[in-house]
Amino acid sequence: MKKDIKIDIALTHIFTRKKQTFVAALGVTIGVGIYLFMNSLDKGFSKYSMDEIFKNNAHIKIYKNDEISKPLTTEDSLCLRVIINPQITTLSKKIINPEALLATVKSQQFVTNAIAQVNFDAFYNRGKAQIKGSGNGVNITEYAQMFNTNKYMVAGKTEALQGNLNGIIIGSGISEKLNLGINDNITVTSSFGVVKVMKIVGIFTTGSSMNDNAKSYVNISTAQQFIKEGPAFVSTLFINTLDANNPEIFVKKLQQITSYTVEDWKTSNADVLAGNKTREAMMGAISMAILIVAGFGIYNILSSTIMQKINDIAILKATGFSGSDVVKIFVLEAIIMGAIGTIIGLFFGSVLIVIMSNVYMGGPVGYFPIGFELPLFIRSFVLGMVITIFAGYFPARKAAKVDPVEIFRK
Amino acid sequence: MINRKIVLSTSGIGKYFFDPVKFKALDNVSLEVYEGEFLTLVGKSGSGKSTLLYCLSTMDTAYEGEIYIMGEKITGKKSDELAAIRNENIGFVFQFHYLLPEFSCLKNVMIPARKLGKYSLEEIENRAYEKLKILGLEDQALKPASKLSGGQQQRIAIARALINDPAILMGDEPTGNLDSKNSAVVFDIFKEIAHEFGQTVIAVTHDNDFAKASDRTIELADGRIVINDKTFF
Repeated sequence: MKKDIKIDIALTHIFTRKKQTFVAALGVTIGVGIYLFMNSLDKGFSKYSMDEIFKNNAHIKIYKNDEISKPLTTEDSLCLRVIINPQITTLSKKIINPEALLATVKSQQFVTNAIAQVNFDAFYNRGKAQIKGSGNGVNITEYAQMFNTNKYMVAGKTEALQGNLNGIIIGSGISEKLNLGINDNITVTSSFGVVKVMKIVGIFTTGSSMNDNAKSYVNISTAQQFIKEGPAFVSTLFINTLDANNPEIFVKKLQQITSYTVEDWKTSNADVLAGNKTREAMMGAISMAILIVAGFGIYNILSSTIMQKINDIAILKATGFSGSDVVKIFVLEAIIMGAIGTIIGLFFGSVLIVIMSNVYMGGPVGYFPIGFELPLFIRSFVLGMVITIFAGYFPARKAAKVDPVEIFRK
Repeated sequence: MINRKIVLSTSGIGKYFFDPVKFKALDNVSLEVYEGEFLTLVGKSGSGKSTLLYCLSTMDTAYEGEIYIMGEKITGKKSDELAAIRNENIGFVFQFHYLLPEFSCLKNVMIPARKLGKYSLEEIENRAYEKLKILGLEDQALKPASKLSGGQQQRIAIARALINDPAILMGDEPTGNLDSKNSAVVFDIFKEIAHEFGQTVIAVTHDNDFAKASDRTIELADGRIVINDKTFF
């Protein structure tokens, strides 16, 4: 095998200067390790908050939005001034012919699941104690499938609600405040004045007090009775799609099918997403800065190597090495230092991830939501290498420009 | 003698230095160097002899006039092409040995050949041993270059210069750092290279004994050739 002389020289420089190599690699190790760790931290938390969103939100929902009355005159009519008073003109939040719409939606190729829901404002009473909340009339089997409700059940089972028109599943907050357990009776009053005594067949806890203290599930027909509507009344359609991260195109397609408001989860949770993005940008900037500092470490050490090896470079050039050969030698040294540093850095980052994943945060979060993400490992590796190659290239180019005559004439 | 092959020739070489003031270092230097010739360049300090050698070496490209090596015009070629020409056709020996201190002597000698890539690694190693043998250093081959004496290091540098069997061996004060005994050794080697192996040797020196014993001496003064002594031919 004909081993390349350039590789030989680069390796010799690396191994005869173990300390410098070690220091340069250590810089990269810390940079890459912290980069990986911080981004995993961020990714884990984003994933957690997304999961939180999808506990209650489908990818897309269809509902009837409030309509505002429109003035009869146009704004730009010059001579005639009309005082207008726009008002909400919605008479009912009803979706007309929901079964047909649901069937059409379900027939779309990108739709994995779609369910109907009837919402109503509810008051939970026991004696004089009253809690305000919201009731959701759902087909519990389909609903549980879509939102993973079974995971959050602390008492009873979701199946118990199926077909049980007098049954109700309540949040753990309601159960605690009213001191009611499973199989107890609860009085539910709707904003339409309908009062029903219902039997608690299940209790759920999601970790979000907004849900746990207010939400309850009943059958669709029960919910329809609460708002004094017929069996054709549906207030919202929930739709899950193939790709949760890019619902926009599906929204467009669905909007062509129906005139009702089609809204993806991103629009409904813009605040959470904006928060995630801000955190991502901050974490990204800080970890990137650390990585770039590591790059300067490589730059420094390579620059000093080149200053020390200037005679060697001169003789190599005299004996026929071209400028690009010299660049290759020193870039290769940077790559070796970078590769050592990056690989150890990935290991270092993994250790930090393991430690962090064992830190108990308490509350609904539990252990810190952090995990191993292959794309992040790849990104950290690639970035680590790209930065070291850049950091190596500039001193290497300086080395390539060494004029041997100047050295020999000294 | 008239029929001897011209290995290197120049026509009207001129060179200026601009720092600290504009100064003409070489003025219309034309010369021819033949195959198997041991040529020395002499002159006082500042006469331009080293400057001329570096122009001939292809490392210095900022000059006027033209230089031909093996009949090929090298003036105006790109630096990568010049590097390839140096690698194959020119060997260098300097006042200082410029060996890579981390490498063994053998590896130092092998470097230019490995760059050339004409032979396999085993062949290169064999050739390097051969060259070291000629220079009487085969027993030092595996020692690090930095562990040798000055005379030995200079001979290693000569072996490195010879590894690719270059047509021309150039020396810039090759005996400048050596005692008289080692100088004599180097001189004998240069002579052997020129006369027995037919390679051309061009050496800059201010050692008069060294110059006298060479085949031909060119003396420069103020950047011009003042004596082009061909008495040996």
